[in-house]
Formats: sequence, structure tokens, C-alpha cells
Amino acid sequence: MVMPHHGERPRSLETFPEHSPESPLSIHDMTVAYDRRPVLWDIEYEAPTGGRLIAIVGPNGAGKSTLIKACLGLLPTASGLIEIYGEPYRKQRSIVGYVPQRETVDWDFPVSALDVVCMGRYGLIGWCRPVSRRHREAARECLAKVGLSGLESRQIRRLSGGQQQRVFLARALAQEAHLYFMDEPFAGVDAATERAIVDVLRDLRDLGRTVICVHHDLQNVPEYFDEVILLNMRVVASGPVRETFTEENLLKTYGGRLTLLDEAANALARRGEPG
Amino acid sequence: MNSTFFIQYDVPALAAATCAAVSCALLGNFLLLRRLSLMGDAISHAVLPGIVVAFLLVGSRATLPVVAGAAIAGVVVTVAVEFLCRLGRVDPGASMGVAFSVLFALGVVLLEQTAASHIDLDADCVLYGQLEDIAWLGPEGWGDAFSWGHLQNLPREVLTLVSVGIVVVLFITIFFKELRITSFDPDLASTLGFRPGWMHYAMMILVSIAVVASFEAVGSIQVIAMLICPPATARLLTDRLHVQLWLSVACAVLSSVGGYMVAAHVPALVVGPGTPSLDAAGTMTVTSGVLLGLTIVFSPWHGLVARHVRRFMTAVRIEREDLLAMLYRLEEVHSAGDGETPRDMSKVQIIEALRGDRGGPGLAIRVALRGALRRGEIMGASGRFGLTEAGRRRAQGIIRMHRLWEHYLVHELGLRPDHVHRTAMALEHVTSRAMQDELETAGGEVATDPHDRPIPDPVPGDERPS
Repeated sequence: MVMPHHGERPRSLETFPEHSPESPLSIHDMTVAYDRRPVLWDIEYEAPTGGRLIAIVGPNGAGKSTLIKACLGLLPTASGLIEIYGEPYRKQRSIVGYVPQRETVDWDFPVSALDVVCMGRYGLIGWCRPVSRRHREAARECLAKVGLSGLESRQIRRLSGGQQQRVFLARALAQEAHLYFMDEPFAGVDAATERAIVDVLRDLRDLGRTVICVHHDLQNVPEYFDEVILLNMRVVASGPVRETFTEENLLKTYGGRLTLLDEAANALARRGEPG
Repeated sequence: MNSTFFIQYDVPALAAATCAAVSCALLGNFLLLRRLSLMGDAISHAVLPGIVVAFLLVGSRATLPVVAGAAIAGVVVTVAVEFLCRLGRVDPGASMGVAFSVLFALGVVLLEQTAASHIDLDADCVLYGQLEDIAWLGPEGWGDAFSWGHLQNLPREVLTLVSVGIVVVLFITIFFKELRITSFDPDLASTLGFRPGWMHYAMMILVSIAVVASFEAVGSIQVIAMLICPPATARLLTDRLHVQLWLSVACAVLSSVGGYMVAAHVPALVVGPGTPSLDAAGTMTVTSGVLLGLTIVFSPWHGLVARHVRRFMTAVRIEREDLLAMLYRLEEVHSAGDGETPRDMSKVQIIEALRGDRGGPGLAIRVALRGALRRGEIMGASGRFGLTEAGRRRAQGIIRMHRLWEHYLVHELGLRPDHVHRTAMALEHVTSRAMQDELETAGGEVATDPHDRPIPDPVPGDERPS
């Protein structure tokens, strides 16, 4: 996968004067493509230090999940640099937590709620070692924090959608990370779960953790989040909600179905193909 | 039975078949959970060219080269399937189908066109195995079976299969956690530093090895059955992964031992003494299929019978609740001053009323009536039934739920008042604790339902399970 690249690639973000090595997440000039079709162009972003709840907002197909997955090394980047607390992701794995979309896993899998939460501890446990009692206790506490005590041994198919989402959140808590990426944690959950998730996120922020959520519901962005990244194939705007989450910026993010950028991406994808 | 014959022929054959079945079944669990069962089928066919090439290079059927050839073939088919899927944009099932049929055919052609056709490796033996040819010549009885000399003479197939079994058990024990997370959530596994790709290939290599070791003895048909049937059976019996692994082992052992018994004894029992025994690999395969079939019907949670029983029990509960609610409404009409309406009903009236326009034998209604009597919710006097105090309390809760639902449907959702009774009838039986709370917030203070009938007060202690 080759992307046209312009100029020289900096070896490290330290060459940028405005770069702060304490930033939980800095992205410089990142481009991501699926099957040669670029879905994210030239992403520049630096998360503020200190505990923050950050929403990634944008229309369908804007590349929100892609941004998260690229940061986590789940998708190859065509170019660019990503640093987490001043180091590349592969060195910081252990302090980065992830909540995938609920639909990405098979809920018929024969595991209990506690088994799933224990998976959050696997990184701390390491290869080939069994889950010890200490880790299981820690996982149990995380389930309690999301309000699911008593459902430890329930098979995950027999939980409601909201409870499943909370199990995922508990699993992320069990990771004891500093930076969390969450892919639509509020999608299709009931009111009780939404409140539980908000409480947990605020607790994390108060502990100085940074949480970056792909978020769908524009209405509650100002209520739930401190910062926002408006994304539509490129970063339209980013910063504190009060200054960034404006009507003008939203229009720029959501307006115009087929932008020139979109067309250009299609043209790049078509290179060398008939027709 | 002659014990020398038993030790020399039955024991090694059974040992080989059981080890093969257990190895395949254990690995099959993870194929099943990753929805890759067909991959086991693919690999079991695609290893053939690997074996033939290994044979051509080495010139013998020594175990190690054959196993190595199979492992390589397993990786080739795994890569080929992924390649077809991703770059050829072929559906995964179709890619597996294409990859294995092409590779198997290649193996057959190689086999026919080379010296390999002059030895005992042929397509038939690959399909059906040679379980009956495994013999342990040496021990005359149990007494000397475990001497070092005789153990050294154990047939090669048995030794290979026992070693493969040990490797598989070790692999799953050591990497249990890793297998679980990479099967359940490969993305998370990857972010935690566990390599889903490595685990996938390690699994496929091991499947190839187990398959190639097994099918000399039992043939590829049984290998495929053992990769799928015992795990599928076990999956229906439990919701815990480690229990599933154990159950699949039990099922594999049962299939091979049971199948062997059937092969050895059933012809003599059915047709008469002296009838030749059946092909053991075949009967083992059939046994595993029968076990799966029985489980689908009788499994305590997921089984067809259990599901029907549960559905019937629910129907009975609903009829009982409807019965109580009906008698409650009757009492309301009665106490409203209409002196002609009695506050009790005869059995025939109850059954007719509850059955409504549904027809049918009304079995659930009769069971519900008996249940309500047993619980002391209704009582009968001279063939007529009315509510007891306990029954009235229970009915009050149900009616409250019904009328709260009607209120909600009309006032919150804007449905027409004459359309909501049936819906509320259905909903009142499935209202969970959380739904109940929401209904209470929406209409808890309201005195009457949309039809101006009073919403009874909440009953203390009548809380639904969450």
C-alpha cells in the first residue's frame, strides 16, 4: 500500500516546537487507507495533558473507528507518526485500554461476564500464566464499579445489550490503563447503562486518565465531554467543546455529502483499475 | 473374549482411535468457536499433497517427514484461504471449499503419478484409515503388557498418536488464556500484545499434525467428524469453555469406544455369530453423529425438548396470571353493584374464557388451574372457583401492571385507547423489574386507566425479578 508522500518524514515528534511529550496522544501527519482508498488524510492532533474526556464526532464513514484502530496498531498507517505519552504505541501497550464496538465479538462464546472482564488483566498477567485469584478479585471489583455485581457467572449472551456494554467497560477498567480508546460505548444502551458509563468515565477523568470515545449522539456531547475532535476524513476542528463544538464547525463536518476529498479518494482507489 | 487377542488387536486399535479422537476434538473446540470448523475439513484434505511430497523427498513413510509435510501443507492451505478471501474477494466458505478440493486433487494426482502408488498409501486408506491393521505383536496377557520390551514394540501409529495427544493437551493447557482471548476478541488480544495471527497459525499447524497423525489410523472421514461432532455436542451442554473442553473429550472417548464396541459386537448380535465385524472408523463416526443428534434433542438447556418444556411452563404461568386477572375483573363487576354477575366461575367457563378464540385442547389452562389451586390462589366450592385473599393480592399486582401499561401506551406512545388491551395483555406477563420502575414513574400517580377503570394500589412484596 503506497501513498503519495510529500516532503521528508520527521523521525520524531520532538522536532515540533509545540509538541509536548506528556501529551497522552499526539498524531502527526497520519494517513490511513483501506484497499488503497484513503479514509483518513493527514491527521494532526494532540490531546491535552491531564484527565480529559474526548469525543470523536463525525458522520458515517468519516473514519472515526479507523482513527482509533490506527492509533492502536490494529490497522496499518500509510504514513505518519503516533505517540502515546511521548513513546510509540508498541512501547506503551500496557497503559492503553480499548473498548471495541459491541458487535465485533461473538456473544454466544462460552464465557461468563467475569471471564470477559478477566481478559482485561491478561496483559498484566503475561503469556502462558493462568489468571490468579488476585487478578480475578480485581476483575470482580471492576464489575462492581459498573453495577454488575451478582452477574459474574452469567453467560454473556444472557446479559442485556446495556449490560454487555458495561462488561466491556469493566474489562477496560481492569486493564488499569492511562489512555482509553472506546468505540461507541453509548451505542444502543438503556438509560441506566448510560448513567453508569458516564459515572465511570468521570471517575477515570478525576483520576487523571484520558478517555477518547467515538460518539454518535451530538446532543449530549457538551454534557458528557470536555474536548471534541470533529472528524470527516480529516480533522475539521479539535479542542475544548465550548470553543470547538460550534454550529459552523458542525456544518463543515457534516455538510456536503460528496466533498472533493471524497472524490479524490475514489480516484486514488481506482488507479490502475478498468473503467 | 480371548485376552491375548484383546491386547494385541483391540487395545492398540482403541488406543489409537481414542487418542486421535481426543486430539481432534480438543482442537475442534477452537475451530468451532472461531466458526472455522470447515477449516478442519479443508486441512484434513489439503495435507495429502504435503504427505506425498514428503514421501517423494524422503522415500519412506517415516513419521517426522510426513508430519512436517502435513504441517507445511496446513500452513499453505491456511494462507491460500486467506489469500482467496482477501485478494480474490471470495466468500470464506467458498475459499475453503476451493482451496481444499484443489489441494486434495493435487495430492491424488501426485499419488497416482509417482512411486507412492506402489505402496500402501492410497486415497482409500486416507479416507477410511486402517484401524484393523494396527497390531501389537508381543504381549500374551495383561501381566507382561507393561514390560519395557513390549512397550517398545507398540505399533508406530499408537506411539505417534499418543505423542500428538500429549502435544495437543500441553498446547491447550499452556495457551488456554491466549486461545480464549484470540478466539473471542482478536482485536483486544492484539492490543494487549497477544498475537492473534501467531495463535491462528499455531492452531492450524497443530490441526494439520493431529489430522495427519490420525488419518493413517482412522481415516479422514472420522477425523472431520471428530473435529466437529464432539465440540458441537459439548457446546450444547455447557456455557463454560473449560467444561466444554472436558465434555468434548468425554464425547470423543465415548464415540471411539462405543463405536468400536458397535463394530465388534453388533453384527454378531443382529445377524448371528460369525458375521464379520463392521468398519470401526465408520461406526465411531456414526456414533459421534448420533451423540450430537441426541444432544440437540435432549440437551438440558439448548435442547429441543427442554425448549418445549420451558415454553409450556411459560404458557402455564401466563394462563395462571390471566386466570387470576379474569377473576379479579369479575369481582370488580360484581362489587360495582351488578347483582347478577357472580364472583366465581365454573371450570368449563374458565377454560372457555381463557381459551378465547384460540381453540386447542387447553392443556396449559388445565395445568394452570390446578397450579393456582395448589398455590392457594383460588378455591373451589361446589364446582365453582373464586379468588382467595392471596390470589386477590397476586391478581391486584397483575391488573395494576396491565392498567399501567394501558396508560403508558395511550398517554406516552399515543396509541388509541381501544387498541391497547391486547398489547397490555401480552406485556403484563413479561414486565421486568426495570420496565416496572419506568412504568411507575410514567403513571404511578394516575388513578385510572384509559378506560376509566381504577388502577389498583401497588401490592407490597409483589416485586418482579430483575
